[in-house]
Amino acid sequence: MDLKLRVWRQKDRNSSGKLVEYDARDIDPEMSFLEMLDVVNERLIDSGDEPIAFDHDCREGICGACSATINGIPHGPHRATTVCQLHMRHFQDGDTLTIEPFRARAFPVIRDLMVDRTAFDRIVEAGGYISVGTGSAPEANTLPIPKDQAERAMDAASCIGCGACVAACKNASAMLFVAAKSSHLNTLPQGKPEKERRVLSMVAAMDEAGFGNCTNQYECSAVCPKSISEDFIGQLNREYFVASIKQQFTTK
Amino acid sequence: MKLDAKIPSGPLESKWTRYLSEIKLVNPANKRKYEIIVVGSGLGGAAAAATLGELGYHVKCFCYQDSPRRAHSIAAQGGINAAKNYQNDGDSVYRLFYDTIKGGDFRAREANVYRLAEVSAEIIDQCTAQGVPFAREYGGHLANRSFGGAQVSRTFYARGQTGQQLLLGAYSALCRQIQAGTVTMFPRTEMLDLVVVEGHAKGIVVRDMVTGEISSHSADAVVLATGGYSNVYDLSTNARGCNVTAAFRAYKRGAAFANPCYTQIHPTCIPVSGEYQSKLTLMSESLRNDGRVWVPKEKGDSRSPQEIPEEDRDYFLERKYPSYGNLAPRDISSRSAKEVCDEGRGVGPGGLGVYLDFSDAINRLGLDTIRERYGNLFEMYERITGEDAYHTPMRIYPALHYTMGGLWVDYNLMSNLPGLHVIGEANFSDHGANRLGASALMQGLADGYFILPYTIGAYLADCKGKRPPTDHPDFRAVEKEVEERTRKLLSINGKRSTQSIHRELGKLMWEKAGMARNADGLREAVSRIPGIREEFWQNVQVPGEGGEINQELEKAGRLADFLEFGELLCRDALDRNESCGGHFREEFQTKEGEALRNDEEYSYVSAWEFQGENQEPVLHKEPIVYDEVKMATRSYK
Amino acid sequence: MGFAETVGLRNLGSLESGKMYCGVAVIVFSLSNFMEKTTARLFRSSLGKKYVMAVSGVILLLFVIGHLIGNLQIFAHPDVINAYAHFLQNLGPGLWAVRLILLATVVAHIWSAVELTIENRRARPDSYEVKDTIQASYASRTMRISGFIVLAFILFHLAHFTLQVVNPEYQDLYTELADGTVVHDVHTMMVAGFQNVWISLFYIVAIGLLSVHLRHGIASMLQSLGWRNRKIAGPLEKVSIGLSILYFAGNAAIPLAIMAGFVS
Repeated sequence: MDLKLRVWRQKDRNSSGKLVEYDARDIDPEMSFLEMLDVVNERLIDSGDEPIAFDHDCREGICGACSATINGIPHGPHRATTVCQLHMRHFQDGDTLTIEPFRARAFPVIRDLMVDRTAFDRIVEAGGYISVGTGSAPEANTLPIPKDQAERAMDAASCIGCGACVAACKNASAMLFVAAKSSHLNTLPQGKPEKERRVLSMVAAMDEAGFGNCTNQYECSAVCPKSISEDFIGQLNREYFVASIKQQFTTK
Repeated sequence: MKLDAKIPSGPLESKWTRYLSEIKLVNPANKRKYEIIVVGSGLGGAAAAATLGELGYHVKCFCYQDSPRRAHSIAAQGGINAAKNYQNDGDSVYRLFYDTIKGGDFRAREANVYRLAEVSAEIIDQCTAQGVPFAREYGGHLANRSFGGAQVSRTFYARGQTGQQLLLGAYSALCRQIQAGTVTMFPRTEMLDLVVVEGHAKGIVVRDMVTGEISSHSADAVVLATGGYSNVYDLSTNARGCNVTAAFRAYKRGAAFANPCYTQIHPTCIPVSGEYQSKLTLMSESLRNDGRVWVPKEKGDSRSPQEIPEEDRDYFLERKYPSYGNLAPRDISSRSAKEVCDEGRGVGPGGLGVYLDFSDAINRLGLDTIRERYGNLFEMYERITGEDAYHTPMRIYPALHYTMGGLWVDYNLMSNLPGLHVIGEANFSDHGANRLGASALMQGLADGYFILPYTIGAYLADCKGKRPPTDHPDFRAVEKEVEERTRKLLSINGKRSTQSIHRELGKLMWEKAGMARNADGLREAVSRIPGIREEFWQNVQVPGEGGEINQELEKAGRLADFLEFGELLCRDALDRNESCGGHFREEFQTKEGEALRNDEEYSYVSAWEFQGENQEPVLHKEPIVYDEVKMATRSYK
Repeated sequence: MGFAETVGLRNLGSLESGKMYCGVAVIVFSLSNFMEKTTARLFRSSLGKKYVMAVSGVILLLFVIGHLIGNLQIFAHPDVINAYAHFLQNLGPGLWAVRLILLATVVAHIWSAVELTIENRRARPDSYEVKDTIQASYASRTMRISGFIVLAFILFHLAHFTLQVVNPEYQDLYTELADGTVVHDVHTMMVAGFQNVWISLFYIVAIGLLSVHLRHGIASMLQSLGWRNRKIAGPLEKVSIGLSILYFAGNAAIPLAIMAGFVS
């Protein structure tokens, strides 16, 4: 199949970028989207041009490195699929594909389709952990956890941190990510002691990073490669409210 | 070179506990004065960096990914073993130890493996406390599943994403230390060389992958947690970025590389669909419980699978191994698939695939049961191939998946280069010639959380204040070499892309040093690899500049090391005139096609020492001595 | 418009109500001072602003529903709505409390909308060259514009029926109830007002937009407060659509009935 690509090219963080058109000819429908870009890149290299830079690593949909917006949809048109697992058979011969980086102030573009997502790490550093040092853990079965509770925590924990939620949100909000991270721990009894501290500091870190706000459209959940539910955003909203109120009436 | 494994004396069961109380400690007030470099942020690296930070050391942790949470440990699906005996089925530390030794085809070091089994239970406690959402029973207690190579149920899991969850646990511990200021994280930073000062590993030279800046970091000790080298085959189940550079650079600076020929093949991967293929995807082996493996009887039968009648099908596993059939062990099934494909009977594009057919199981158990058991795998298969495996047989083919070999380490997980510690898949110590399922995660976390943080004290306690400054001439010299190499790669300006040369190397490695090897093939590989290397250094095209994000430069640097390392792997495979675990030499097999081990002559660890560019490396042998177990033939009958 | 009429500022000038205004203002001030101190962090955070948006939304929703119910009395005998309006106008301090709370609520709703919008714009300085959405509803994507138009309508609406500056002659409409009380003739005012086709049209369009606004707003406020989940999302969606349609139908019925001559 032959495709027309319009790809965002940007030299570095401080340069301005633009869409550049490429012809992608003889693309095998069995290719993954990133393999298609590999092929385009090899051709660019052969003709002495600089290849398109894009983040990728595991190529099996779990590391969360790959990130591209295809025709306005992060990770492309196939639901619950990262761009590395998106295959070209989902496109038609002759299609024009506009490929852009994830866009958000908190995710500055550093080259072509690559963005800096370290803001997510800052959020986790702010409180996305249970403070247990190595060696101080009790025997694992001393604390039984209801199966459905563990399953719910796992639903939240399956977040791969790719940032598609931010990219899809019209406000570049990181609420789904923060909610998934905090709800994973807050749902489990081990995470309860730090629950309030956690939501307060994670939301503060989120605000500081310059993400926008949730307008409850749930685009985030719709593009999420792991289909993480917006229910966790509801949970975060509730927990943050309680935590803020409690904080006012607790002496430190 | 002296290879002293430093195994503590005393009976096997008490070696570790006794040693723990004898290890030199670093005074808490002094810990602050020590800097430790950890390269890699997977299970081993993240766990070690976090734990060392908790202990009070200053840690610098480096990873090439944009976030430490993306290291390839994240892709492990199945689970993690631990001798908890929660199922009351007779598991014990000894049993886990023995299964691991046996699974490793009696080529692993006894004391290390016993220690691994000993700390396994603690790992589960630690991870649970961190909030890893392991699968649970209705009563709220932890659930287990069984895994290959064991008769007990000791594998803990979190859906099909155990590696991800364990890594996120370690990553969260790491983040806590970053916040506390004990760990400084350097993402998108790649180690390009090791700096050895007066015989001790005292730092690394790295490239900032965003700015291209090359800089040095000095430390009191260096820990490599840089994973395996499956990507020397180009196509593997590893992430595209996985590479051997850190380990290989250490090798070239004097660390011994052990058992590089021990590589593991996984039989149920989705086959290659074309030249452009960049990655192989693994599917759980559990599929073989209900699927039947077959190929057409005739060469070049181009009919669709449904059109091929029963009598024209060859259920080759059932034919060759009537008792085990489709459940024959990994290596046997993998090799059998290769054989039929070599005969020209393979299916799918390129003829490198065999059918895994569920139609009998669907007829027998019903579609719903199959959907319930394997629904997510069928979905994954469909996402990648576009085929509906409920109606047409799956196509599978073996793929490179894990490498048991790695840098040689002693009982302290320190290499022969003082100060250089190696943990996780990057070292060689625990899996022998073959790794059991669900043991990779166990080893990474055991090393990172519970072993290295103690054993590194043995080295640190003796080296007070010896950290050289980064403007030390030895650092300057290495930095210069790295810059020179980078400049050279950028200036070749040839005709071929890095990927096309990697593909060429990978193909040769897969054909000659893949799942079945023979002396002639290996000799051929050893003689042909220098030619590919030559081609690379003459004709590679690395566009762009060094002072910016340059993914081609990154790839080229990694390939340059694979091109040398591949040869080492083949030499090791050539030296080992026996078949054991993941190393199968066609010359050494029984009439039934079983691996024929040679304990008389080959029960040693091959540790290779670098002798200089284009010089043959020297082989050192660490004998494998078992006090506790008796070597036996690994039997699957 | 019974309720709006009463909430209007027509008798702002009287001394008595001036005192009341001061009293209420003091209460509001000290309340907000307390809020400022205790929950400063909350309202500076992104989520805090969402709570303000949601809580003010709940209050305004309750108000517009009450308002609609009051207005629907137009279909009864003229005395009914006139008596109702009279009752509201004579609530004294209660009236002022309600007026101020409503005003504060509207201000809070707009304040949070403005704040959030500014932050949201800032969060994506470079927009996509190609935009697309998978599931965001039309209502959710038009909250800003529907909000703006509704605000414009409210201002007109207050000027029209409450302050009565659009048609000053409304101030002179009086009628006598059955018990002999002389009251402002709200019924006649409404009939007169809605006989103007343009006003009715603007009114219907604005009510339509407000219904669309509510269609996303109702479920959204519950989500912002953490009371929504996927289990109730389906029914909740139906409720909010149903409520929005009922709201629209009820409101639109008034000018339509007047223009068609059913109410005179």
